[in-house]
Amino acid sequence: MLENFGYIGIFLVAALLFAITMITLPILLRRFRIVPKKPNPVKSSTYECGMDTVGKSWVQFNFRYYIYALLFVVFDIQVVFVYPWAAAMGQLKLFGLVEMAVFFLIVIVGFVYAWKKGVLEWK
Amino acid sequence: MEIAFWILAVISVASALAVVFLRNIFRAALFLVLCFFTIAGIYVVLHADFLAAAQVLIYVGAIAVLIIFAIMLTRETPRGSPSGRFRLIAFLVGATFLVAMILVVTGTDWQVITEAPTEPTTSPLAQALFSREEGFVLPFEIAAALLLAAVIGAIALVREK
Repeated sequence: MLENFGYIGIFLVAALLFAITMITLPILLRRFRIVPKKPNPVKSSTYECGMDTVGKSWVQFNFRYYIYALLFVVFDIQVVFVYPWAAAMGQLKLFGLVEMAVFFLIVIVGFVYAWKKGVLEWK
Repeated sequence: MEIAFWILAVISVASALAVVFLRNIFRAALFLVLCFFTIAGIYVVLHADFLAAAQVLIYVGAIAVLIIFAIMLTRETPRGSPSGRFRLIAFLVGATFLVAMILVVTGTDWQVITEAPTEPTTSPLAQALFSREEGFVLPFEIAAALLLAAVIGAIALVREK
């Protein structure tokens, strides 16, 4: 099992090295005078292509997004139960299936309620 | 093995300190995510694979998302938290808690199990939780009722009148 996680570790190290290389490579190329330095206002603007931004980037988001975050958390907790259940599905047989069906039925009542109340609609 | 643990431990402690000391609260939240990830890595090193997955799912997936949402919904976050009037009291409470934790951790007689850890842990855990004879079927369904209450409570709190 730990060997498999070791592969994840290798992937992480590779991703980290890739990110560091991508940042340091242009700096090093510039330092060794391999690439020329010819800046102009368009080139050194933050958004070389696309529209200029208006106002601050820190804006207060609509609080309505929060209900989606809360409902997502409920789904997330459900996944924590479903994941081991799915891993042992072969041994749990029909009893496990019924158990999980009851679990989902109870929670789905809440989502039906949310739907009926129109919480998920965007006005 | 040992090396992996120490790397993860150093990163987690450093990111936890960054959470406390950074002025920008959004960056602090991102360091909190890093801290949660390294804790998951420590669980992997300790052969607790399901716990690591649950840590990533719940802490990184749910709690960090909630915290970041809350920051994005708040006004004037880049200014950071103003230095409160309760700084000294908070420091005293925190220091007391730290001392208590250190005393408990060093004073406890930790029992070390000699048998090898079961792996992977997910399937045995599911059988312990869901099996008909010695499982926890009723608490599991009550957890569903708790989630239902959470959904309805969230709707009642957030919905506009």
